[in-house]
Amino acid sequence: MNKHVQPVQRAVVGKGIAHDSAKKHVSGEAVYIDDMADIPGTLHAALILSPVAHGTLNGVDTAKAEAMAGVAAIVTAGDIPGHNDIAPILSDEPLFAEQALDYIGMPVGAVAAETFEQAVRAAHAVQFDLTEQTPVLDIEEAHARGEHVIAPQRLISGDVDAALDAADRIVEGRLEIGGQDHFYLETQIAYAIPGEDGDMTVHSSTQHPTEVQHHVAHVLGGYANAVDVQVRRMGGGFGGKESQATIIACAAALLARKTGCPVRMRLKRSADMSATGKRHDMVSRWRVGVTDEGRIVGADVEYLARAGNTADLTGPVITRSLTHTDNAYHFPAARLVGHACKTNTVSNTAFRGFGGPQGVITSEAMIDQIARELKMDPNRVRAINYYGPDTGETTPYGQPVEQNRLVEVTDLVLQSAEWQRRRAEIDEHNAADPVIRRGLAMMPVKFGISFNLPSLNQAGALVHVYQDGSVHLNHGGTEMGQGLFVKVAQVVAEVFQLDMEAVKITATHTGKVPNTSPTAASTGSDLNGMAAFKAATAIRARMTPVAAQHFEVAEDEIVFREGRVHAGNRSISFAELARMSWAARVSLSEAGHYATPKIHWDGKTMKGRPFFYFTYGAAVAEVAIDTLTGENRCLRADILQDCGASLNTAIDLGQIEGAFVQGMGWLTCEELWWDDKGRLRTVGPSTYKIPGSRDVPPAFNVAILESAPNAEETVFRSKAVGEPPLMLAVSVWLALRDAVASCGKPGLSPNLRTPATPEAVLDAIDDIRARSA
Amino acid sequence: MTTHTAFVLNGEPVATQVRPDTTVLDLLRDHLGRKGTKEGCAEGDCGACTILFRRGGDAETPMLAANSCIMSVAQIDGGEIVTVEGLAGDGAVLNAVQDEMAKNGSSQCGFCTPGIAVALTGLLACNPDPDEDAIHDALAGNLCRCTGYRPIVDAARAAAARMRAEPAPAPATGENLVTSHTDAGGATAHRPRDLRGLLMLRRDHPDAVLLAGGTDLGVPLAGYETTWPETITTGHVAELRRVETGDGRWTFGAAVTWEEVLKAVAEDYPSFATLIRRFGSTQIRSMGTIGGNIGTASPIGDGPPALIALGATITLVSLEGGERTMRLEDFFLDYRKTELRPDEVIASVTVPRARAGEILRTYKISKRYDQDISTVCGAYWLAMDGGTVSDIRIAYGGMAATPKRASHAEAALRGKALTVATAREAGAALASDFKPLTDWRGSATYRERTAAGLLERLARDVAGETVEVMAL
Repeated sequence: MNKHVQPVQRAVVGKGIAHDSAKKHVSGEAVYIDDMADIPGTLHAALILSPVAHGTLNGVDTAKAEAMAGVAAIVTAGDIPGHNDIAPILSDEPLFAEQALDYIGMPVGAVAAETFEQAVRAAHAVQFDLTEQTPVLDIEEAHARGEHVIAPQRLISGDVDAALDAADRIVEGRLEIGGQDHFYLETQIAYAIPGEDGDMTVHSSTQHPTEVQHHVAHVLGGYANAVDVQVRRMGGGFGGKESQATIIACAAALLARKTGCPVRMRLKRSADMSATGKRHDMVSRWRVGVTDEGRIVGADVEYLARAGNTADLTGPVITRSLTHTDNAYHFPAARLVGHACKTNTVSNTAFRGFGGPQGVITSEAMIDQIARELKMDPNRVRAINYYGPDTGETTPYGQPVEQNRLVEVTDLVLQSAEWQRRRAEIDEHNAADPVIRRGLAMMPVKFGISFNLPSLNQAGALVHVYQDGSVHLNHGGTEMGQGLFVKVAQVVAEVFQLDMEAVKITATHTGKVPNTSPTAASTGSDLNGMAAFKAATAIRARMTPVAAQHFEVAEDEIVFREGRVHAGNRSISFAELARMSWAARVSLSEAGHYATPKIHWDGKTMKGRPFFYFTYGAAVAEVAIDTLTGENRCLRADILQDCGASLNTAIDLGQIEGAFVQGMGWLTCEELWWDDKGRLRTVGPSTYKIPGSRDVPPAFNVAILESAPNAEETVFRSKAVGEPPLMLAVSVWLALRDAVASCGKPGLSPNLRTPATPEAVLDAIDDIRARSA
Repeated sequence: MTTHTAFVLNGEPVATQVRPDTTVLDLLRDHLGRKGTKEGCAEGDCGACTILFRRGGDAETPMLAANSCIMSVAQIDGGEIVTVEGLAGDGAVLNAVQDEMAKNGSSQCGFCTPGIAVALTGLLACNPDPDEDAIHDALAGNLCRCTGYRPIVDAARAAAARMRAEPAPAPATGENLVTSHTDAGGATAHRPRDLRGLLMLRRDHPDAVLLAGGTDLGVPLAGYETTWPETITTGHVAELRRVETGDGRWTFGAAVTWEEVLKAVAEDYPSFATLIRRFGSTQIRSMGTIGGNIGTASPIGDGPPALIALGATITLVSLEGGERTMRLEDFFLDYRKTELRPDEVIASVTVPRARAGEILRTYKISKRYDQDISTVCGAYWLAMDGGTVSDIRIAYGGMAATPKRASHAEAALRGKALTVATAREAGAALASDFKPLTDWRGSATYRERTAAGLLERLARDVAGETVEVMAL
């Protein structure tokens, strides 16, 4: 059982401290890359994009574009001095198309001009000599033709065929899971400034400065030590600026190298949505063996994922789908297979949850289907399949499910959401056969924290204490709005027992902290917080003897508290100790490094302990659907999320609420729509609809699980929070299924694709009514 | 010949010599160094570029939120603009909205935040005690991808309470004169002040862009897909800015904004008012005009179906041809083709006011409730004689190349009682009225099914049932 201990009272950590840039955000003073003043001579750049989904490029005619006012330079693949390759994991993923045109919006080159407007107009004026071919646009067609970007991944445990043979019954299903555009409000941007000796400074809106650094060096044909990447803040990332930012940064650096001028490149929204990757849409198919009591005995699940034209991060995305297909449920035997289908559409990439959401929704679809076909309460089916708290049951990839809080979060949320009363009311309402049906659902989420690839689970931080007692903080994590910088600053302030004002937050900078991991996989504060903790703790440990000597006491009598350093009832200010330490020739600077312990992973057998720990959460959602039009709405959501001992309750609350609403968007209103030529027709907010303020459930009760410090030694016993609550929005989709199910006979399971647009809901109603007739 | 555009920015006079077809957002950011206003989409949908704006010569009207990304410099001469940098005023660092947003965790990445602070400040200037609905309405044109909006709505409420307790000074504004035209950088903007002046310009400059609110035309401009060497704005034409009430009807000048139409019709036609709120955010309604919405002749515009159902007429005018008035439904000829001749302009739209025994309902189907383009928009006007439908006009948007009457469905209901059964028969008759298309907003089948479903909704609605999920 969980050992719930009362959290220690701390000075800074655990408080709901506002985002460090909040005042600058509201006043408009926060500087994003497009707000940086132009260095004299700065050129502005735009990408040249492929007009066809599949074709061979015979030549590019830039004469007309080059003659246009203000145009300074045009680059294509032939102008790349180094390697035309920006693959984050594999190789041969080009920055600019050479012969093969693989999707509409694929970068073919870039233009630099005196103004951004001139660059965009010139990019549109470039002419292509190309031979068009028929594109492959459908995932299942690509799979049938054997078109894949990487080999299939298979996660196997036990003998699933034997388990299915022995099962009382088999439940079979298929789910179309839609993709999602990140729709960060700040589109992709980079500002490349050439220096002497071939140096290049790049301000990049990126979650992965090190990858930008390495790829810029690779593309320019130089070493990483010549490239300096900085990012103070992004206007949103959500995974969309993990690998994709390299396209923009490399193109800007290439133009800067060619012209010798600083070059700022940003993407118009339509170019951003055409040229850069999204969440993978997938088709999942399953055969699940169950007992008559609803217990799963084996799960045979297959995913067809839309990789797009290249692998990019599709491999690890699928890995996370496979390692989250169990969600909260024990599969005694499992065969989980993922195919990365190659299509003539943009290469899909990281997006908050990183394949986890597709795994979790598949898991919950299976559970809901089992319950409906067995005419059981879905929550009962969930409960009997939960990983037992004390049984030592392991996941299909072999990791024991520890610190199991599934029953706790489920019970608490069912109680706070008044499940029983509302379930009865909704059933009564629907029994009268009204046009407006209601639905209710609960679901848990168990989410594994750590990058699946062990080597990424490390971080660095650089902390300086100056002689006036002020602190300079730098680390490898990036700020995209999630509040990482304030959390890490809290950690450092806590170590030194200083006010937050004493800790200077600084831009992520590859020259200060090298070889960073992407700020991704929810690990930002776990990794960078711990690296900063170690750096600050080391400095404090060196300052302590100086204080002990000053007060002529033992070191263990020195206490750092409220900005001062105490020995009994005597004290000096932290600044005084800093000055004394300098005078005593003690180093006040430290590079901290942290590597997550305990984790290991064998990518070939897909076994190991990929995750340092799990987070747990649960949600109850209530919806209404209009059976005449399919319009739908979430009326109430109750959420409980495990954040361990939260580093910052205000920031964590914001992450939970924001992730849930973003997840709702993924599952309801956000629809990516390609025409039969392979052109994405939803490339702006007029056609691609993310949730607005009125779409938030009018009753939205969000809570953080109390008194639940992490049993693992994370920074101040906190837990990661960025991604897990996004999957709680699957409760909204389950509630929609529940409402649709009320239109059909008992025993039937709805077929509701995502996103559950009004049209998808109406189709599901038609389908279940037809099957009921 | 004037070579500059003059306006008031955050209380200070500004004169600029940029081309009048420059977007106001580019003017602010690239020429005036006001970097607080952001570009998120360049199509008037995300609201990161929101400013407060008052047109020159409209000193009596409040400053309203508008999208600077799709607004052109041609439209701001003599006007007033407040950006995020000017919200606090009087040396204060933050106004109440900004302060509450900073305290409430209303920003995460912060990129949408200035636009939201501006939009909410605009709301509270007009409505010091907004309810939840009014706050959502004010935020309909602002997207936030990080927060989930709850802390933004909370901050709006808290700021409203504070401002009621201790009213803060409004952002500084000033007066300026509208000049008749600007010629800068090779582009010209004409700003006629009366109808005769407009018609002469229209005759003499047939290739000029006739610019009303610019909420549609401004999108390709913001995308750098077009330029406007010559523009004629309608926003200062006195006759086109009038709302005349009388004789059981309103006559709306073509340049009357949707925000102004909304205020006029809200009491007579609450259902039409709801539709107007949904089809455009405050930012869009404050600029978009009734004439522009009709003139752009989009098959998915939401104004025309409602206006056709109401029996509206449209008056066109030219210097040589004089005035002609026709039923609005006859104005639309084919996809983006209308009766409007090259030398003509839309002068006004006349709409009957509500009378006893008549019913108007409008229903809009879209992927998102607010600020979305209709998949299907249905508008239904019925005259009831006891329980019988004595007269009926049904019009749909999104079902054909133009906004169009559903004459077969009307015939199926005329002279009958309005029941679920008769509504279903009318729904079946729609197959003879429309052959809709499939696109990203919905398939042909979905459009057909939903158009019919809305007739059943009409019958249930008139009978008093709760028929929309948003009413729950």
